Amino acid sequence: MSTTGASMSDTAARPLDLPAVVKECGLTALVMFALAVGMVAFYTEDVPGGLEIATRFGAVVAVTLLGFFGRLAIVLLREGRPFPVLVVALPFTVLMLVALLSLNFFDAETAETLKNYLPVGDVVVNWIVVIMAGVFTLRAFWALRHTGASAKTVVDREKAMDNFAARVQRASRFIGPLLLGIAVVFPLLAFFPDSPFVPKVDRRLLDIAILVVTYVMLGWGLNIVVGLAGLLDLGYVAFYAVGAYSYALLATHYDLGFWVCLPFAGLMAATAGIILGFPVLRLRGDYLAIVTLGFGEMIRVILLNWYEFTNGPDGISGIPRPTFFGLPFSRSASDGGETFHGFFGLTYSPIDRIIFMYYVILALALITNLFTLRIRKLPIGRAWEALREDEIACRSLGMNPRNTKLTAFSIGAMFGGFAGSFFATRQGFISPESFTFVESAVILAVVVLGGFGSQIGVVLAAIILIGLPEFFRELQQYRMLAFGAAMVLIMIWRPSGLLAHREPTIRLWRERDGGPPEKTQAAEESA
Amino acid sequence: MQQMLTVSGVHTFYGNIEALRGVDLEVHAGEIVSLIGANGAGKSTLLMTICGDPGAARGQVVFDGTDITKARTHDIICSGIAQSPEGRRIFPRMTIMENLQMGATTADPKFFAEDLEKVFSLFPILEQRQGQRGGTLSGGEQQMLAIGRALMSRPRLLLLDEPSLGLAPMVVKQIFNVIKEINAEEKVTVFLVEQNAFHALRLAHRGYVMINGKITLTGTGQELLANPEVRAAYLEGGH
Repeated sequence: MSTTGASMSDTAARPLDLPAVVKECGLTALVMFALAVGMVAFYTEDVPGGLEIATRFGAVVAVTLLGFFGRLAIVLLREGRPFPVLVVALPFTVLMLVALLSLNFFDAETAETLKNYLPVGDVVVNWIVVIMAGVFTLRAFWALRHTGASAKTVVDREKAMDNFAARVQRASRFIGPLLLGIAVVFPLLAFFPDSPFVPKVDRRLLDIAILVVTYVMLGWGLNIVVGLAGLLDLGYVAFYAVGAYSYALLATHYDLGFWVCLPFAGLMAATAGIILGFPVLRLRGDYLAIVTLGFGEMIRVILLNWYEFTNGPDGISGIPRPTFFGLPFSRSASDGGETFHGFFGLTYSPIDRIIFMYYVILALALITNLFTLRIRKLPIGRAWEALREDEIACRSLGMNPRNTKLTAFSIGAMFGGFAGSFFATRQGFISPESFTFVESAVILAVVVLGGFGSQIGVVLAAIILIGLPEFFRELQQYRMLAFGAAMVLIMIWRPSGLLAHREPTIRLWRERDGGPPEKTQAAEESA
Repeated sequence: MQQMLTVSGVHTFYGNIEALRGVDLEVHAGEIVSLIGANGAGKSTLLMTICGDPGAARGQVVFDGTDITKARTHDIICSGIAQSPEGRRIFPRMTIMENLQMGATTADPKFFAEDLEKVFSLFPILEQRQGQRGGTLSGGEQQMLAIGRALMSRPRLLLLDEPSLGLAPMVVKQIFNVIKEINAEEKVTVFLVEQNAFHALRLAHRGYVMINGKITLTGTGQELLANPEVRAAYLEGGH
């Protein structure tokens, strides 16, 4: 293939150093082979009487070949010879796509036989191969269209992306309300299940939406600690757990409702934040991260082992659902009282409760956001940001770093607690298993990928990290692979987060006017 | 003359290393006092010890009649001392305006507009660029911002740690002129730590020379400038 590449390419391109190319591709193939032998070649199969080791050397060969040709395509693109890549990758992509899509048109049995003719055994892996080939095709096509044109350097691209992020941030005053509008209206579409004009909103979509908004809220809460105050907290799930257990225990032992317990849960989480904060906040950076990580695990282990109090690994079940001003969303009220649908004269529908839940978490999340936006403009919020920038400078200005950090920590924890009690009431059942370190990591990933301190970035990251994997549950075990791939890609393209761009908290003049700053206005804002 | 700051017999340690070995000095109200010395003599440590971090192991620091040796940093700052720390340490991602607001942390908000006016009249460039981020300023502008930020807390005593560090001679001259103005017109007492001995001593009413954590010489600025030892150690060689 490389020889045809040399003959077909335009004369301007440098001659290919064939041995070097073969060496490079061969090396890649070798690495792929070594990895595949370990990870792909052997697997266990359920047979009557136990497990048996089976082999799939065909897949190893396929992976090795894919590595070779994929590398070859990269080399050719790099050397400015996109044409052969296009010639090979385009038909390959089209063929594979047709083959994969046509699988759906045959009955199960024929499809099963047809699958044997695919280059790799698994359909999902084939899709990954197709996407790879498709990317090569697009890049080759792009390179052909723009031969000789100035390729964008990394710096240019960074700048363009930064500008884009800045523009998105600036547009967030329009995007924000727009997203909010969509978020408010879309669950109502569930009331028109059969209308052809309305996108289908079913229970599954609502459940995903609730999950995403929960993570948005957690992200916003953690953003106060990590994004604004710059304290790397790897144990945020601890406060989530404290909130959840506070509500669950209060509700099951004292028969209190969700709305009564919510402030208590927040208070408990904030107290936990202060208790944790006192000893550890003299630490910085990595050390703080390690200690918070430990604290997160400690809470989980306590919940697991304090059997008399938390019911240990059995968890707490029968956590009451929230009511609408005292009206439960059940078919019939247990104590003979009025129900929601009864009071408003509606027919009972189980989706009412899901929609109500959605609005509860949406409201909680919006409160978090509003609070963050407001407090950023207040002295305490600006002190958090200053603390993130330079702690020593803050001390030289007479700020008390410990108290400032403690407030950030406990307020962040409070919102985590709110989200936790919502989690408890939504699930109806909680156990320590829901509060593992992975949970902390995911919340932190939402904040980091969104861009530290960016509110709308958190929304975007939550949709990408939480919504998409939930939506693509069909991918099964490849879900986490896709999750990892998304993280790697974002970190390559946007190392400081999707929308990392800090807006000044005070604006002295409107950007459109560009006029001279007015002192009076500045003075007013500070007063 | 009224005493503003008295440091007597102060010893400060970093672990086992004794950075200050019994420092005595005093700053009177309304003065500019310069402390000069070589790298590692303990000049910055003295400023930090006055602010309580690291605290003095022995000896006493008295500010305006109050013993602040054991006080906490933020309480010391609240009592009327401001420090422009070594290396400026402005907040790079915050705008000039936000930096100045941070400076006013301990001040009464009702003076904010007035103080801002003063800082802007001292450093007009800060007013022009108030929406710009601190990190995008030049070194000289950052130094002006650091001094301006320190002034926003309405200090009676201003501690300046090497304001000429890494700046072009022209800019240094400008900064020192402003320091003089701050002292003369705003009636702020200034305690200055410098390696740039010539400028520092010419500006100062009185000066101290520090070697290895001890004060070795003292006198008026003019006396020290004329002192052959000082000339040999700090001035010969192109200042």
